Amino acid sequence: MIETENLTKKFGDMTAVDSVTLHVVEGEVFGFLGPNGAGKTTTVRMLCCLISKTSGVARIGEYEVGNNADSLKIRKMIGFVPDNVGLYESLNAYDNLDFYGKLYDCNETQRKENIERFLKMLGLWEKRDVSAGTFSKGMKQKLAIARSLIHDPKVLFMDEPTANLDPESSKTVRDFILKLKTEKKTIFLNTHNLDEAQKICDRIAILNTKLMALGTPQELERSVSGRKTVIQLEQTSDLIMTALKKVTARNIAVDGNKLTIDVVDPEKENVAIVDAIVRAGGHVQSVIVVGSTLEDAYLSLVRHDK
Amino acid sequence: MRLSKSWIIASKDFKVYSKKKNLIYVLFVVPLLIAFLIPGVIGYVAHKSNAELTVFLPAFSFFYLILAGSLPSTIASYTLVGEKVEKSLEPLLATPTTDSEILLGKGIAAFIPPFVAILAGSAVFMALMDLVTRSKLGYYFFPNWNSDIVLFLMVPLAVIMSVEWNIAVSARVSDVRAAQQLGYLIVLPLMGIYVSGELDIINLGHTSNLLIVGGILLVVDIILLYVARATFQREEILTSWK
Repeated sequence: MIETENLTKKFGDMTAVDSVTLHVVEGEVFGFLGPNGAGKTTTVRMLCCLISKTSGVARIGEYEVGNNADSLKIRKMIGFVPDNVGLYESLNAYDNLDFYGKLYDCNETQRKENIERFLKMLGLWEKRDVSAGTFSKGMKQKLAIARSLIHDPKVLFMDEPTANLDPESSKTVRDFILKLKTEKKTIFLNTHNLDEAQKICDRIAILNTKLMALGTPQELERSVSGRKTVIQLEQTSDLIMTALKKVTARNIAVDGNKLTIDVVDPEKENVAIVDAIVRAGGHVQSVIVVGSTLEDAYLSLVRHDK
Repeated sequence: MRLSKSWIIASKDFKVYSKKKNLIYVLFVVPLLIAFLIPGVIGYVAHKSNAELTVFLPAFSFFYLILAGSLPSTIASYTLVGEKVEKSLEPLLATPTTDSEILLGKGIAAFIPPFVAILAGSAVFMALMDLVTRSKLGYYFFPNWNSDIVLFLMVPLAVIMSVEWNIAVSARVSDVRAAQQLGYLIVLPLMGIYVSGELDIINLGHTSNLLIVGGILLVVDIILLYVARATFQREEILTSWK
């Protein structure tokens, strides 16, 4: 549904996005992670036909980004939630949505139905006649999301939709994104929130001007830092260490009677490790698998890039 | 270009204005103040001769030409800088509308209210002026060809000029007041026309001179249209507008 190939954006001599290649399938929630200034917003703006690309190819559905004739068609099939909600604060919630419904060529019945549907889904229906300017940040964010959906787009671009929201509002937005996923909408989510990305994204790309990594949250966790098995023994011995070195060539850290062993696939490797310890006369008190988190993976990639 | 899209944008702006009472007061108070004040003064000095009055009266129409330069600044600064302040341009630009459609919508929204306010003010002005001068002149002075040229040719062209100037100015400023102050500079050439008339540099009583000034305004409008169009570029707005 969203495809880019060597997508690049330069502002003068500064490269904001460098040769990004990715492919987002229909119905996928795709997370786009990266530090400030990594080029996430610039990428989304290019894909939404808001700014031009310097080079490379990008497609939304069958339409090509950068082709003037396709720009309006792309903008019609996408919804966009910018990092600044950008509501008309003196207008009420209903009028804000109605205005956008008209711009997206929705007829009156469609507008009425969609406004009611989304305001009810986001808990704002009772506030439809209240000026958006009086809304809390969370309510404004929800209204901006409703606005992006008013024309029932196939693809939704969201730029930091939960930034600056309290935990409850963040959860409402996250739950809503998951609800949209069940409607087979393709969601491209720019976020700083690693926990959020891990919870709701099918796949994640880490960007720091260049694409640093791409995969499922689990793949990223494993590929970047691996995982660790922590074994608490009654007593360590040289015999146990020799036995372990025969079954694993990876790093083993010893801290008293606690062994921390780097593993790639703990479900398979731990069986052999525990077996070797027991055969060497060791008594295992506990085995814990410590997964490296997405945060570890992210920080490792971003710091390494610096 | 689809006019319907521009009209949707303009209609939304009219709705926004209707929530801003101060804006409505500013738009209508000055034209109506002039409409009531000047006939009052003329009534007070009605002892002047007929010849003096017929020289005196046309000059007042130019007050509305000056207003045509200043009033749109108030509105245009809200339509564009207001959108910048509220950060609402980005979602608007993400809709299936072209830059030209948005620009025209903003232009219509900034054109109609001041033009209506000026027409309303000048209608009251001419009616009251006729009321106080009819007995002295023996005929209704307004409307006449020259006042019609000022109101229906020069005033709209001056309003368009002001709107275009304000669009260009809006790209360089980030707050409504700064936009208004810079926007008001467009009044200077219009005041120049009025002062030139008063100093007899241009005889503004001659229809042909009015048409020449109208022609100059038209040329300036066309030049400023290109400037405004060049300023209002989607990418520029998102990456360079401060």
